[in-house]
Amino acid sequence: MTTTSRPHGAPDDASPGSLRERARRAIEEQPSPTVTVLSSLLAAQDELGYLPYEAVDEVSLRTGSSVNEVWAVASFYPNFRFTPPARHSVEICWGPTCHVLGAQPILQGLVSHLGLDGEGDTEDGSISFKYNTCLGVCPHAPAMSFDHELAGRMSLDEAVSRVERIRAADVEQSA
Amino acid sequence: MTEAYEALAKRAAARWDALHARPWVRVGTGLMGEAVGALEVLAALREAVGKAGVEATISEVGTTGLCYAEPIVDVHVPDGPRVRYGNVRPEQVETIVQRHVVGGEPVTDLALASVDSNVAGVPRFEQLPMMQGQVRVALRNAGEIDPTDIDQYVARGGFSGLDKALTSLTTEQTLDEIKNSGLRGRGGAAFPTGVKWGFLAGNPAPRKYILCNCEEGDPGAFNDKTILESDPFTLIEGCIIAGYATGASNGIVFIRHGHDSPIDRTRAAIQACYDNGVLGDSVLGTEFSFDMEVSLVGESYVAGEETALMEAIEGKRSMPRFRPPFPAAYGVWGRPSNINNIKTLSYAPEIVRRGAEWFSGIGTEKSTGTAIACLSGDIRYPGLVEVPFGLTVRDVIEGMGGGEPNGRALKFLQTGGPLGGVLPAEQFDMVLDFDEMVAAGAMFGSGGLIVCNEDRSVVDLTRTLVAFDQMESCGKCFPCRLGMSHILEILERIAAGKGRSGDMELMERVGVNMRGGSLCGHGQLGYNPVASAVRFFGSEFEAQFDDGAPSLGTFVGPKSTRRGAQMSGDTPTASVKPDFVMHIEPAAPAGGAE
Repeated sequence: MTTTSRPHGAPDDASPGSLRERARRAIEEQPSPTVTVLSSLLAAQDELGYLPYEAVDEVSLRTGSSVNEVWAVASFYPNFRFTPPARHSVEICWGPTCHVLGAQPILQGLVSHLGLDGEGDTEDGSISFKYNTCLGVCPHAPAMSFDHELAGRMSLDEAVSRVERIRAADVEQSA
Repeated sequence: MTEAYEALAKRAAARWDALHARPWVRVGTGLMGEAVGALEVLAALREAVGKAGVEATISEVGTTGLCYAEPIVDVHVPDGPRVRYGNVRPEQVETIVQRHVVGGEPVTDLALASVDSNVAGVPRFEQLPMMQGQVRVALRNAGEIDPTDIDQYVARGGFSGLDKALTSLTTEQTLDEIKNSGLRGRGGAAFPTGVKWGFLAGNPAPRKYILCNCEEGDPGAFNDKTILESDPFTLIEGCIIAGYATGASNGIVFIRHGHDSPIDRTRAAIQACYDNGVLGDSVLGTEFSFDMEVSLVGESYVAGEETALMEAIEGKRSMPRFRPPFPAAYGVWGRPSNINNIKTLSYAPEIVRRGAEWFSGIGTEKSTGTAIACLSGDIRYPGLVEVPFGLTVRDVIEGMGGGEPNGRALKFLQTGGPLGGVLPAEQFDMVLDFDEMVAAGAMFGSGGLIVCNEDRSVVDLTRTLVAFDQMESCGKCFPCRLGMSHILEILERIAAGKGRSGDMELMERVGVNMRGGSLCGHGQLGYNPVASAVRFFGSEFEAQFDDGAPSLGTFVGPKSTRRGAQMSGDTPTASVKPDFVMHIEPAAPAGGAE
């Protein structure tokens, strides 16, 4: 049996500020002259934080590829996600240098501190926790990034306190 | 000399003088600085300079390579000494501004080193342990210039190599310079660059590509990104020279998405080149035209492989292609292409400017020029060093790197990236040389040297490397896709002290099949880290088979390969699939109910 759950029926929202409109603009405003499925997906995710159906559909329209061809690319690269991310991002490097200098205790400590069982989003929607194979700052291992800002020479205590600072600011903002 | 270059050089010289006529403060931002608080230092600096009301230039530069001393603030004052301050904290900035920028007197107790000047009680920059013995060619401008300011690059001799090639060398002569210099590829394979360029030059197609590879997924290697964020112009000039020598019309710089500082700075530098007639129609006013752009790729280690890279530039999954046809015949979008590592291309400007003989005079007979080594791990001075080939590993690790920082003995190096191997401390007298290292079973690779002391377990590190390789297998060839998972599974068992008899032989057998049955180096070399670790530290593996062998601790990595089916029969979990994708459900077994 073959089923497809591609949304049909009601025309989706194309007003300014809608997901579709934002994706369309991001795809059109790419800085490099060469536009491909991959470059468009990266641009759309940079804008939206994830790839909703509207973004994939826009990429397919702009590049003349089918939705399934676009999905083939999107599903290959681990940096794409298909559900809205949490409000903040925390990444940890588990590459060899970071591993040698103690990334595992930090990683495992944070997983349990955040109440997760690995990579993923916290239940309160405040933090998306992600593993990274190399953040590119090996001299400053163990390395992490908090809301895309790099932080080196990490310890578990420091990591937990940064996470808590982010959460406190998050609570304040939403209050 | 072209008129265009003459005008550019004249303007640049005037700018350079103007920069030095008032205080000039350079802060190493970029990835290396950002990770240890350079942005906070920069903000404090802007505030302090504004408050002091002094007319000073503040520039963001790349890294000097002395990452242990980041954040580094470099203060020049007219008619005074130039000093670099290391490990600067925001609260120290005010003192530096008040006493050095305003008062003209260096703060000696915060100083790391003096540059081009002598200050009592402060070492000169080139006398620092990490700088002694370095020969800087590709990194000549790192930490010295604003990576987005074309005038600063030109003022330090930039684009004179290109100008020389365009005005006084034919394309063949330019190619010969590269051939005669003995330059070999710095991405890992060490193939002679001139010969490679010759393949492309020999193809008469009208549109050809030079691809500059900064995928740099090797954990432990960060030299390509550092070149781009410290001095992207040198890569651009090298790429244009490659285009001229081979008759190519387009250059593409290929960088992993997410490393914002190298991406933004390279884009800004390319734009500056277009604005100043260095790129685009008629380069420097000559009949040669060349275009360049940046292409981004998602997270994929295999994208660094040359044919997978072309797939990614075309916007597809980064999976390797069959070869032949080779890239010089059929490359990106089916057009002839040449792929070089960032480091390789960054040598070209100086080779053309100073001549092939100058370059081949550095290093050893078969490995000419310099090696750019990335030091990390258990080492006193982590960072980046550019050294002539011919030095020993010990010179680099114990001399420049300062050895182990905590009084422990050094045990081994991990080199050559996640598909490389280990080099035990007994072999640190090995000479840096492509061929000698390969003959001895080591690999220089792209230059990442991860230093490990006696407390580190080889079995544990090997497990991490294999976990990386397993996750990064693109999934195209099943011996690699399944084999890496299988080897990881066995290693997990061994690390837990639950190895079964025959496990070592089984891993080897899987490795042999991967070598024979995989299209690209990822699968072919996938068993390398295990083979190398077993060769030098076999007893550590054996000890894991003893009764009551300890577990080396759990290793938590990514849950799935995300690249298709795994060994255990898992399929990617439904939750990662968005609901708009077509799901094909297996047909119900004939005969109905179970």
